[in-house]
Amino acid sequence: MSWEIVIGLEVHAQLATSSKIFSGSSTEYGAKANTQASAVDLALPGVLPVLNKRVLDLAIMLGLAIDGEIASESIFSRKNYFYPDSPKGYQISQYDKPIISKGQLKFVNNGEEKMINITRAHLEEDAGKSLHGEFERSTAIDLNRSGTPLLEIVSEPELRSAQDAVLYLKELHCLVRTLGICDGNMQEGSFRCDANVSVRKSEDPELGTRTEVKNLNSFRFVEKAINYEAARQIRVIEEGGTIKQETRLYDPEKNETRTMRSKEDAHDYRYFPDPDLLPITITAEHITRIAKDLPETPWNKRLRYLKDYGVSSEDAEILANSPETSVYFEACMKKSTLSPKLVANWIIGELSALINKSSVTISKSPIVPERLVSILKRIEDATISGKTAKHLLGVMWNSRSSADQIIAHEGLSQVSDNEFLEKVITQTFTDFPSQVQEYKAGKLKILGFLVGHVMKKTKGKANPAMVKVLMEKHLRQSI
Amino acid sequence: MNLPNSVTKIIQGLEDGTFSSQELTEAYLNRIDNLDPEINSFITVCHERALLDAKNADKSRSNGSASKLTGVPYANKDIFCTKGVRTTSGSKMLDTFISPYDATIVERLGSQGMVMLGKTNMDEFAMGSSNETSFYGQVNNPWNTNCVPGGSSGGSAAAVSAGFTPLATGSDTGGSIRQPAAFCGISGLKPTYGRVSRYGMIAFASSLDQAGPMGRSVEDLAHLLSPMAGYDPKDSTSSMVKTDDYSGNLEDALKGKTIGLPKEYFSTSLDRQVEGVIEEAIKEFEKLGANIVEISLPTTSLSIPAYYVISSAECSSNLSRYDGVRYGHRCELPIDIEDLYKRTRSEGFGEEVKRRLLTGTYVLSSGYYDAYYRKAQQIRRLIKDDFANAFTQVDAVISPTAPTTAFEAGKHLDNPIEMYLGDCFTVASNLAGLPALSIPAGFVSGMPVGLQLIGSYFQESKLLTLGHMFQKSTNWHQHFSRDDSKGAQ
Amino acid sequence: MPITEKEVREIAQLARISIADKDMSSYEDQLNKILAFVDEMKAIETEGIIPLAHPLEETQKLRNDKVSEKNQRESYQSVAPTTENGLYLVPQVIE
Repeated sequence: MSWEIVIGLEVHAQLATSSKIFSGSSTEYGAKANTQASAVDLALPGVLPVLNKRVLDLAIMLGLAIDGEIASESIFSRKNYFYPDSPKGYQISQYDKPIISKGQLKFVNNGEEKMINITRAHLEEDAGKSLHGEFERSTAIDLNRSGTPLLEIVSEPELRSAQDAVLYLKELHCLVRTLGICDGNMQEGSFRCDANVSVRKSEDPELGTRTEVKNLNSFRFVEKAINYEAARQIRVIEEGGTIKQETRLYDPEKNETRTMRSKEDAHDYRYFPDPDLLPITITAEHITRIAKDLPETPWNKRLRYLKDYGVSSEDAEILANSPETSVYFEACMKKSTLSPKLVANWIIGELSALINKSSVTISKSPIVPERLVSILKRIEDATISGKTAKHLLGVMWNSRSSADQIIAHEGLSQVSDNEFLEKVITQTFTDFPSQVQEYKAGKLKILGFLVGHVMKKTKGKANPAMVKVLMEKHLRQSI
Repeated sequence: MNLPNSVTKIIQGLEDGTFSSQELTEAYLNRIDNLDPEINSFITVCHERALLDAKNADKSRSNGSASKLTGVPYANKDIFCTKGVRTTSGSKMLDTFISPYDATIVERLGSQGMVMLGKTNMDEFAMGSSNETSFYGQVNNPWNTNCVPGGSSGGSAAAVSAGFTPLATGSDTGGSIRQPAAFCGISGLKPTYGRVSRYGMIAFASSLDQAGPMGRSVEDLAHLLSPMAGYDPKDSTSSMVKTDDYSGNLEDALKGKTIGLPKEYFSTSLDRQVEGVIEEAIKEFEKLGANIVEISLPTTSLSIPAYYVISSAECSSNLSRYDGVRYGHRCELPIDIEDLYKRTRSEGFGEEVKRRLLTGTYVLSSGYYDAYYRKAQQIRRLIKDDFANAFTQVDAVISPTAPTTAFEAGKHLDNPIEMYLGDCFTVASNLAGLPALSIPAGFVSGMPVGLQLIGSYFQESKLLTLGHMFQKSTNWHQHFSRDDSKGAQ
Repeated sequence: MPITEKEVREIAQLARISIADKDMSSYEDQLNKILAFVDEMKAIETEGIIPLAHPLEETQKLRNDKVSEKNQRESYQSVAPTTENGLYLVPQVIE
């Protein structure tokens, strides 16, 4: 009898809007404390929420991308609880009529395709931030984040390992970024995750009691926290104890979870429809309008890259997973007839290496797609070797000159002047008569040595393939 | 100066230059200073600010940039946020709260050049029907200072009745404009839900609260309603339905109008003498050409229970923001966060508010939601349907505003339910969101009796016409509780 | 079924209101009276009736995604009981 881990994830994706969900305050990250907290965000007496139109568009985009149901009528409810960073004493959220329900998300683990059902995705407002430890015996409250729009995406408890949970999460992360509905920045809290974890004996049809683990702000922490929590639960049960349904906080420094005291008595949220907000209606026309401009999902993009470009599945994944990289790749392909594999190799290899070294993103790289294409064309037409191209890329990163200008200026062009080459070849035959004899006697491998000598003589600028062809021609003639 | 006895006369006087807004404002402020100690209708009087606004109003008058209401004094119920002026909602919780912003209606009336004299007393957070729950002391009825003025807009009603202000704003969640208007012998209108912006009006029960005008006559109400009404982008529950010219359509023959008399409203709880006054008023309407028919509103008896469940539930959530963190009362030296919450709230809220917070928390709590809150919302639909049905036959529904005249202070303090039952004629229009008007219809033992007219959605104009035509042929609205010529010097 | 003292305490905790022991029985008594009164609602069958959350059955009005608010921290914090460096302070909260 082995243990099975059962995981459901609740992901909070911050929607990419300029202003808050119910007020005209900016959502920009990093402002001075409480400078982006308006009367509405502070819950001054008498203020009222007014819904930001954009959040509906963004939620609909997710709904379409996960093939979910988009509610023609959904409502906001109040979730009542006291906490100093919740200024109204309630959070405006959605309860029994969420905007999105019944979607799916596919991901691949070790070549195996898996599909997870998404129960619902609902709109809600974020709380403010509590700063512990900055002041003695006080907690300080910054309400800049209060009222930031969130889409909470809730999966069914269908994940069966920490690894699956991370892969699901990465797929979702990639999806929201590709759709452009969330910037996905986990450090800034734009993409957060809580995990509902329980364990049971494999053959047990009933789910075990779950705990909710909070504060998982990196993929690595998600994996470690789930593994820790599952192991803890198994230990408790095996020692004859029972699991208490509770909220636990993950402490990444100690790699453990502990009971959250502040959530201990918060079980009765007294949800009811928010009387300050009327039902949201979404028409079929609205959905059609959004669907028309919906970006391709990463999943479909990967399939298309495999089918249309013939790149490897690893490359397809790397290219499709980053929206910026895929835009870059497709821009390169649109502007050339280059081999997709060559383009993919260079983006994933040399270009990425340069980007990683600097602090820019691929979309801000000084090597715009046209410039990369101009380099790769010179590889394909044999003007330069791959090694030279790598050098050229480095030069172009810091220069505004074109590839051809630099090739001409630095004399990077591979020698392909036959007359000059033939001279070098003839001289080589003269210099190495015994090797020529060996070749003629059937030891064909010796040709490599001779080609190498020509390359040395031309300081590497000759095209080795061309040298080989020319030498073979001469040697065959002289037999 | 002798104070003019109607807004129309004030506008006339300001236009003719018979008096300036400064003179007028000073006269009202004097009257408040001299006579309000006996009534306690104001929490805050804004002497300097009012005189400054009046001076500016006079300037606008002289340079031709004035609108009709420029320079006309008025008072705001202390439930409306007023920038730079203390806004308490009648609670210790907000005793120190100087609002950093203006409510939409305050802004709108201010931009008309109206002059705010001050902030009027009210039941704490508008929870009460007698103005006895105010942290700032009870308000006394100008007709008999041993009696309550009604509530929760008791300060506004008493101030208008006593001639401290020609106009006042009020708010009405279950009768809070109409019942005090009736008890103080003035006119008051609760508009259709969504007709007037709620932004900046401190919430009691968000799906029921509605701001409205209070004044001596229907004609005066129409003057004040016009700038108050209309869609506000800051209140997404405010309506985009077009507003009417409320002052321009007051005169209309009542011939052919049908008024419904709900048989359920004339039940045992109704005071016989009050009933007599209403019967006389009904005869008056018939004389004016209206057709009176009996109708039925079968769900009436459940309107008060449903109202108390819904309003308590909503207030329990609306008042959670008073936590001692960002504004308002905060207890001394809290030892931890729980202590901060509990002591702040227990010290800051009065008994009635706490009772409703507990009731509201209970009816929303897990396991009870369906039996109370959901059930109340279902009854709410039945009540709305009752009225929808009635309005297929009638232009308005008539009833007393309250089952009795103003009662003695302290009478219902030990029995909240007795107090709640006094709202039996008013709460249904809040639950359904309908406009309703209360006008003076006579007296019982020297105390005024109010008559209520309920209209269909956005039919404020029709209600005002009915009220105005009644007031043209009666003079109940011209009985004043205080002599207008005294105390203004 | 009447509400018990234990329930009154639980509700008071949810509402963050403290009730002194001496006032407990009066609160319990009044709440029971109010609840008995609102229980009159049971007199009517409401099966299948859609609850009415809002008097006007309209739909949500929306605003455009535009930043319209400026920093007014100083003004807003002028009414705050305790602030430091632009932050609101409360007694230490243990997560």
